[in-house]
Amino acid sequence: MNNSVGNTGRVLWAGLRALLVLTLVCGVLYPLAVTGIAQLAFPARADGSEVEDASGKVVGSELIGQTYLDGDAPDLRWFQPRPSRGLGTNSVNTRYSIILSGATNRSGDNEDLIRWVTDAKAAVVEDNSTPGHPVKPSDVPADAVTSSGSGLDPHISPEYARLQVHRVAARNGLDAAAVGKLVADHTDDRILGFIGEPRVNVLELNVALRELVGRQ
Amino acid sequence: MSPVLAGVLQLLALVAALGLSYGPLGDHMARVYSSEKHLRPEKWVYRAIGANPSAEMRWPAYLRGVLAFSAVGVLFLYGLQRAQGSLPGSLGFVSIDPDQAFNTAASFVANTNWQSYSGEQTMGHVVQTGGLAVQNFVSAAVGMAVAVALVRGFARSRTGELGNFWADLVRGVVRILLPISVIGALVLVACGVIQNFSGIHEVGQFTGGPQQWNGGAVASQEVIKELGTNGGGYFNANSAHPFENPNGLSNLFEIYLILVIPFALTRTFGRMVGSLRQGYAILGTMAVIWIGFTALMMWTEFAGRGTAFELAGGAMEGKETRFGIAGSSLFAVATTLTSTGAVNSFHSSYTGFGGGITMLGMQLGEIAPGGVGSGLYGMLIMAVIAVFLAGLMVGRTPEYLGKKIGTREITCAACYLLVTPALVLGFTAASLALDTPAHSMTNSGAHGFSEILYAYTSGANNNGSAFAGLGADTQWFNSTIGIAMLLGRFLPMVFVLALAGSLAAQRPVPETAGTLRTEKPLFTGLLVGTITIVTGLTYFPALALGPLAEGLAA
Repeated sequence: MNNSVGNTGRVLWAGLRALLVLTLVCGVLYPLAVTGIAQLAFPARADGSEVEDASGKVVGSELIGQTYLDGDAPDLRWFQPRPSRGLGTNSVNTRYSIILSGATNRSGDNEDLIRWVTDAKAAVVEDNSTPGHPVKPSDVPADAVTSSGSGLDPHISPEYARLQVHRVAARNGLDAAAVGKLVADHTDDRILGFIGEPRVNVLELNVALRELVGRQ
Repeated sequence: MSPVLAGVLQLLALVAALGLSYGPLGDHMARVYSSEKHLRPEKWVYRAIGANPSAEMRWPAYLRGVLAFSAVGVLFLYGLQRAQGSLPGSLGFVSIDPDQAFNTAASFVANTNWQSYSGEQTMGHVVQTGGLAVQNFVSAAVGMAVAVALVRGFARSRTGELGNFWADLVRGVVRILLPISVIGALVLVACGVIQNFSGIHEVGQFTGGPQQWNGGAVASQEVIKELGTNGGGYFNANSAHPFENPNGLSNLFEIYLILVIPFALTRTFGRMVGSLRQGYAILGTMAVIWIGFTALMMWTEFAGRGTAFELAGGAMEGKETRFGIAGSSLFAVATTLTSTGAVNSFHSSYTGFGGGITMLGMQLGEIAPGGVGSGLYGMLIMAVIAVFLAGLMVGRTPEYLGKKIGTREITCAACYLLVTPALVLGFTAASLALDTPAHSMTNSGAHGFSEILYAYTSGANNNGSAFAGLGADTQWFNSTIGIAMLLGRFLPMVFVLALAGSLAAQRPVPETAGTLRTEKPLFTGLLVGTITIVTGLTYFPALALGPLAEGLAA
């Protein structure tokens, strides 16, 4: 075995040159080529799937969940998303307020999580009970009271969307059947019938809802 | 359709897709690593490196190539992060602190991709795309090269030569990883994964006010992150982030990317040792464990035991609506049975048993099917142990693929097996014995212990996923996990290459009536049993203190 200093140096030098060449290939040429093709073939997707409202104003991304608040409390005129307790705030380079994705990472026996779920459930029941349409705790689906992995989940389950129909209709002075139809129109089934889960995109649903309110 | 049935159908779709690519990809890889011809672009690369790609290397020379290339990789990536504040294209992010820069450099070079930072607020375009993503390619190619060297050790006789490291490295990147990545990246963009170089920009919101987003070359990095079983997310939420994994289809595609090379390498192995059935026996072992773990995971997650999950009506904490419990369970098992560590849902919020399954998957040594390359060589080490045990039972000198498993061979295999458990259990014990590391836990009790056990299991096995409640950005965790990742990656490679060298030097033993038939289902059964017993004996006490205690209490 040749472990002389000179030989070790030669191998390291070869390693460095290999790294630099492969950096050029995999770290410069490859991403530039992919970006070029992606921007030509799927520009809207490659730039973040932005959603415009009826007036053509960008109101977010179809993929990124938002909050619909009135002050600190949920604005009950709009469909509400899942809780997002795992979201963080930018702690480095604080001249930005970048959305910091993340989960709560709490376990099933964690006191915080038990309290959050309990409180969320009570709030969902209270917010969504309208005269003649009381919501029972057992009606509340799991996604309504748990935070997602990213904290940016753009979807809710069709069950949670349907549960909010009477409240949204009442708050906006709309017919519950019309709002229910809106939810049905915005419910996506599993892809090819078995991939993923049925879901409702909250931002797109609220954009359509705002349009419906405007027409009234 | 019930969610469980949809989950089973998604599993079957994965099996079908993997089955369709098994032959073509496995044969392609065998040709890549056996061909005498060098492509023109590869010749340019060899000229730049100053290496003769046709020169055969014995195991010490091959190992020197692996270690030198990886050492340079750590230093380069460390330097890049330390200089980030002065580099253009860094979105104004500052330089990374020394302990975290060391941890991240070690992590990406060791194919681990443990991340003690949050991508979207820490790493700019240059470090992500020019540093981290590059290691996603080359660390994967290094793993495949070492696996191929071991296969050559079985396939060759009366030579000590294992091939040329530089040729194996460059071919792995140019002929296997890059072509699949280009196609895969475009599939992901079509699903909605972003791919741009915009800076931090503002986008309007429904109720007014802007959101601030981070652009980036995400799709091109996402694809190699899964394909190379790396796992380091562009964003903090990793593959749970909608910009990395926008829908159920991209989710299934990413799981496919994670599994496709590790499974197909068993075909490459069969081709190169001249018996496809030997490859099928290894494949069978991997598949039995993978499907078994997936079934167990779906069972425990759909059951959703645990106080908070029962209150909520399902274990949806840390899981995305579009994937649901089935799509999350499939991903969690694939990522921890390989060395990937990408997550589409947060393992810390899995049920007690579910968290235990993710940990056990890594503790098996990530061999079912395991990381690209590392899965195959890890499984072959286990096969060597299995034939040795079988030999002991019948009192015969054990042989595998026509090679005697003598003192030197079994020493290499045994040392390989001891490295990771020593790192995992040693560092976990040290962290708990010391005063401050425990302050990093988010959860208390059994789950808090699991956070630390998971961290070292993930680091030393080069997985990179986490029970992310652990606040791991401390000097203690950055340094010790960094060391665990490097030793857990490169010490086993030393033993693998030493084993390969000694196998390649042997003359083949003729097969007789007494030879253990390692291409039969009986051997698959023996191998599954060996893996279970070895891992069980090593980790059962630690698992009993963490996930088992939590799962039984729920």
